[in-house]
Amino acid sequence: MEPVNGAMPMTFSPELEARFAKLLESYPPGRTRSAVVPMLLYAQDEVGHISNELIEEVARRCQVKPLQVDEVVGYYSMLHRKPLGKCHVQVCTNISCLILGADDLYEHASKKLGIGHKEVTPDGQFSLEEVECMGACSWAPAIQLNYDFHHHVTPEKLDQLLADVRKAQ
Amino acid sequence: MLYNEPSPLEVKILTKRFGLANSESLDTYLATDGYKAFLKAVEMSPEQIVEEVKASALRGRGGAGFPTGLKWSFVPRTSPKPKYIIINADESEPGTCKDRLLMENDPHQLIEGILIAGRAVDSHKGYIYIRGEYRYLIDVMDRAIAESYSRGYLGKNIQGTGFDFDLYTHTGAGAYECGEETALLDSIEGKRGIPRMKPPFPAVVGAWQSPTLLNNVETLSAIPAIIRDGGAAFAALGPPKNGGTRMVCLSGHINKPGVYELPMGFNLLRMINEVGGGMRNGKKLKAVVPGGSSCPLLTANECDISMDYDSLAKVKSMLGSGGTVVLDENTCMVRFAQRIMMFYAHESCGWCIPCREGTNWLKKMLDRFHSGAGQKSDIPLIGELSKNMLGRTFCALGDAAAMPTISIVEKFTDDFEAHLNGKPCPYQHAADLVMA
Repeated sequence: MEPVNGAMPMTFSPELEARFAKLLESYPPGRTRSAVVPMLLYAQDEVGHISNELIEEVARRCQVKPLQVDEVVGYYSMLHRKPLGKCHVQVCTNISCLILGADDLYEHASKKLGIGHKEVTPDGQFSLEEVECMGACSWAPAIQLNYDFHHHVTPEKLDQLLADVRKAQ
Repeated sequence: MLYNEPSPLEVKILTKRFGLANSESLDTYLATDGYKAFLKAVEMSPEQIVEEVKASALRGRGGAGFPTGLKWSFVPRTSPKPKYIIINADESEPGTCKDRLLMENDPHQLIEGILIAGRAVDSHKGYIYIRGEYRYLIDVMDRAIAESYSRGYLGKNIQGTGFDFDLYTHTGAGAYECGEETALLDSIEGKRGIPRMKPPFPAVVGAWQSPTLLNNVETLSAIPAIIRDGGAAFAALGPPKNGGTRMVCLSGHINKPGVYELPMGFNLLRMINEVGGGMRNGKKLKAVVPGGSSCPLLTANECDISMDYDSLAKVKSMLGSGGTVVLDENTCMVRFAQRIMMFYAHESCGWCIPCREGTNWLKKMLDRFHSGAGQKSDIPLIGELSKNMLGRTFCALGDAAAMPTISIVEKFTDDFEAHLNGKPCPYQHAADLVMA
């Protein structure tokens, strides 16, 4: 492979490359900028965080300036410039979850993991975030572990879920 | 998957396939009247389709309740520009969890609704904008779309009708504001989701400078039933100008929280008591968020009301997104207002001064107030600051932050006064906070 502007282009898994190829064909002609946000999120799932290298790569593939990619990263709350834990624990404390004990659940998670909002455990296994409504209000309290939803979560259920994650890692 | 038991009081039109084995498959869809409406629609003229939707009295189920048929009529069908359909699956309004179920359990119903809309506005390309956190639904919709393409229900010359349509999913990445139509447009164009000044409206200048029809998932999911059984039948389910059924997301301090499809005009107290199983633990009703956190709250005395767009508007609230949150007597309304403002301050895109600064000032004031460091003059000031945001922003997020706050500070002044003079929150741990 040839370097581009002095840097080696990034490559991704075959599945992700296929996804990117399909993405770039989805939009009207000349509108590949539309692929920027999906590409960043799907790439982040694989490489862990949005690095400068990734920004350059996405810009190159979407045929936009790196600044046009850089400027969206801070806007979208799921895009992050530093790695999170292998298991990102998201506890909703918005209205429906709040009134069913989400404050206590979040405190419990924070104490159990020994970290606060947007922090990562020293071993890199877990990170924690107090999040906004994730769309599980009728089955509150709700959390997400990475992309997986868990409903009716009590402190006890949370302990079990975290233990299951530790066992699997 | 079903996440709660259905209620016998439901009228299951959009949710009729929920609970069927393989409800998400094309074969199940075809075996249960699937695509009859689309085949009927290709024999109708676009004008006839729009008239049928107007006759149904369907109104936008995302929250604004704008008449759907009227919105469709705004798209200049004869424009030489390509027309796009964008399906708003950004579902992020606190209290709302229904579009998620419609996509998960009946993706083909949504696809059929999109095709019919395409026929009505001469669009041949659609994008389902799905919030980033709903990753599993990107997979669900991609699978359903792939199935449709492989069986000739998407792509060129659908079922030999000569009608072409291409459909894609597009993921968001965590931004409530991207559920706002024009911010969504900027987002799908690859930018930060900043709203646009209107006019022009998306129907005329939308995605990629082209006419664009934007509709909510539930709104489009209702279209097949409307075309198949007629708009009048749908309209007849609810009061005049408020036709059809509504996916209600009941949550909070009730015995049977869940998502239920109820006819428009269902009484709110009946919803709480007969559908929601009544208040938990024998507690008294204190307040209700009628349709998502952007709505003015109702006191217990205001809950004997028909849940339709016009009845809620008459009492200066909104039917909104269907997120009906029920609060009992042990809820601290100051904490509730504080959490709501924290949400809007967080989600404000930052474009407009009244919203960007206003939500953040109000958050600081409410933080300070709940901790006991507030002053009596803060109470009217919270209302005034909120009112200064109303109608002064590019999009409705400023209004959405102001309206519930004004309603709480005016209707629950007692709770505010109980936090004055350094007094600790009287509701701290007063309630049984753990789910039984």
